[in-house]
Amino acid sequence: MADGKSTTLTKLIVVAIGMFGFGFAMVPFYYKICAVTGINSGDEQSLVKNTQVDKSRWVTIEFDANTNEDLPWKFTPEQRSLKVHPGQLVQVEYDVANTSKHAIVGQAIPSYGPARAGAFFRKIECFCFTPQKLAAGERRRMPVLFVLDPALDKDLHTVTLSYTFFNTDTKAQTAALRKTGVHG
Amino acid sequence: MSDAATDHADHGHPVHPTGIMRWLTTTNHKDIGTMYLWFALIMLFSAGTMALLIRAELFHPGLQLMRPDFFNQLTTMHGLIMIFGAIMPAFTGFANWQIPLMLGAPDMAFPRMNNWSFWLLPVAGVMLLGSFWLPGGAVAGGWTMYPPLFIQGGVSYDLTILAIHIMGLSSIMGSINIITTILNMRAPGLTLMKMPLFCWTWLITAYLLIATMPVLAGAVTMLLTDRNFGTHFFNAAGGGDPVMFQHIFWFFGHPEVYILILPAFGIVSQIIPTFARKPLFGYASMVYATASIAILSFIVWAHHMFAVGLPVAAQLFFMFSTMLIAVPTGVKVFNWVATMWKGSLTFETPMLFAIAFVCLFTIGGFSGLVLAMAPVDIQLQDTYYVVAHFHYVLVSGALFAIFAGIYFWLPKWTGHMYNETLGKIHFWFSVVGMNIVFFPMHFLGLAGMPRRIPDYALQFTQFNQIASVGAYIFGFSQLIFVAVVLKAIRGGAKAPDRVWEGAEGLEWTVPSPAPYHTFETAPVVK
Repeated sequence: MADGKSTTLTKLIVVAIGMFGFGFAMVPFYYKICAVTGINSGDEQSLVKNTQVDKSRWVTIEFDANTNEDLPWKFTPEQRSLKVHPGQLVQVEYDVANTSKHAIVGQAIPSYGPARAGAFFRKIECFCFTPQKLAAGERRRMPVLFVLDPALDKDLHTVTLSYTFFNTDTKAQTAALRKTGVHG
Repeated sequence: MSDAATDHADHGHPVHPTGIMRWLTTTNHKDIGTMYLWFALIMLFSAGTMALLIRAELFHPGLQLMRPDFFNQLTTMHGLIMIFGAIMPAFTGFANWQIPLMLGAPDMAFPRMNNWSFWLLPVAGVMLLGSFWLPGGAVAGGWTMYPPLFIQGGVSYDLTILAIHIMGLSSIMGSINIITTILNMRAPGLTLMKMPLFCWTWLITAYLLIATMPVLAGAVTMLLTDRNFGTHFFNAAGGGDPVMFQHIFWFFGHPEVYILILPAFGIVSQIIPTFARKPLFGYASMVYATASIAILSFIVWAHHMFAVGLPVAAQLFFMFSTMLIAVPTGVKVFNWVATMWKGSLTFETPMLFAIAFVCLFTIGGFSGLVLAMAPVDIQLQDTYYVVAHFHYVLVSGALFAIFAGIYFWLPKWTGHMYNETLGKIHFWFSVVGMNIVFFPMHFLGLAGMPRRIPDYALQFTQFNQIASVGAYIFGFSQLIFVAVVLKAIRGGAKAPDRVWEGAEGLEWTVPSPAPYHTFETAPVVK
């Protein structure tokens, strides 16, 4: 009788301790189920799912930087070109300096070569998202963080990302236009 | 240990402690059962008083009597104390008194552990009730302890978590005792399938407790470390997920609701055959139905969480698995009705409570089926419809079964018949009062009144006033119950060994009141 009781006791204690552990095991289990079934992923950026790196090919990206003539800034990429796999997260930096004697707000506008490549640049962070204000003589390094979508056309081996900085002050723009006589 | 207890009995041990030390050091299953039941009664009245304060505030729209924060403390503590302090200890009290008597065992398997299981409870009870006087008051985040509220509150939250740990430990030790007693200490010839159904339902309940209480302990431990030790299990700012708490909590919580009702099924299954003077209809199917309910209870937890944004496939799974539970539950209800069918029925107070249990628990079961439907639940989530549902299964279910069981076995415990007239008065006030409180809540819920809110829109006033009046009728009529119990302890007509004409089972073969030590030599069951 006593043996029977202590055997039952031991078994039940083991079950109780096991279930205490099971409560904690539910934590990784929960995240695993969420990951496998793709539920509860509202906290993740949809971009992350697109970054499946296509290691079968290389694409050369050329970086180009220009300033509109009414903007007295110096604007250059840190590097002229980069070889990447589509899907790879890329960060490049640009160097920009205000050479004038007063503060100016500029806005960078991107363009792509060939134009159809533009749809495959997925930018996560870019200085072109917002106007940039530089104080007189200020110099700054500004990043662009992007992924080249793996769906990029297979025949494209070289693409160009080009930025042009414009002066957001419309009066300065009009003055420049008058000077060149484009406006007739 | 049980051998030592037997020795005491044989010679009336000379140094048997008296006074307070008798109760502090007792290892006797009857003493411990009695203490469990008194503890449950005190907690019933504490949490019942909170309910009456809640109903007083809700008598009128607007804020009259208390700050909203105190109202939230009342709803939270009412739930926690009723579940962990009143209903569960009451059933454990029944188990302590009745299981050894029904099995022909001299005591529980581990009498000293039994003493510990009980004496942990008053500690936890004092911690819970005492937290009202701490800075910030008692916990106010709901009895379900959801983060983020539960990882933000003050010191009473830590104290409540500790109290839950202690009560969980008490339940686990009690369950180990019950399972070991049932599996190892049955009288010769009493096979499992000949056991009284009360023992069967408690055996299954104890397994549920051992499987789920540690999971609750884990969940509240995670809350505790999130609060104090810089973990981020549930803190979204640190990468945790508050919805995960709900999954872990309800993995415990749904089996818990069957822990609160299966022993009630057992009590009613003892009472109805006695007063129908017929054996229980479909004994084996009752056992299998109880086991099926217990097993199913592990795969339905997320029906408490339809509104958190579950995928459709999961909603369908939890909806259908929940509805499946209606099948074994229906088997039970039909078996009780079939037991009464063409029986020689008499309607003493235990039978009245048992019949009220069958009728009103079934209403609670049906409103549960309504809530099981995911699209309906989205509408009714956190409304008074839910409050109506779970009070029909817990008040007219679990609590009425407890009343039925007390009236049924009180003559065996005290040796005196209780006052039948007072018992019937208690019954009718309870059953009418209970329906006046909780039936209007169905309509309030369907009309969209949210639960856990101290104020409400004007159009809900009439039903709330009806419910509050019913609450006071129901609440104060419980004083009649206390009077009946005290009168039966003090004196009354001498109860025979076999208290009820139709009573079957070993507990009716011992004298009334049951002597301090019973079945020192095991009876033989044919």
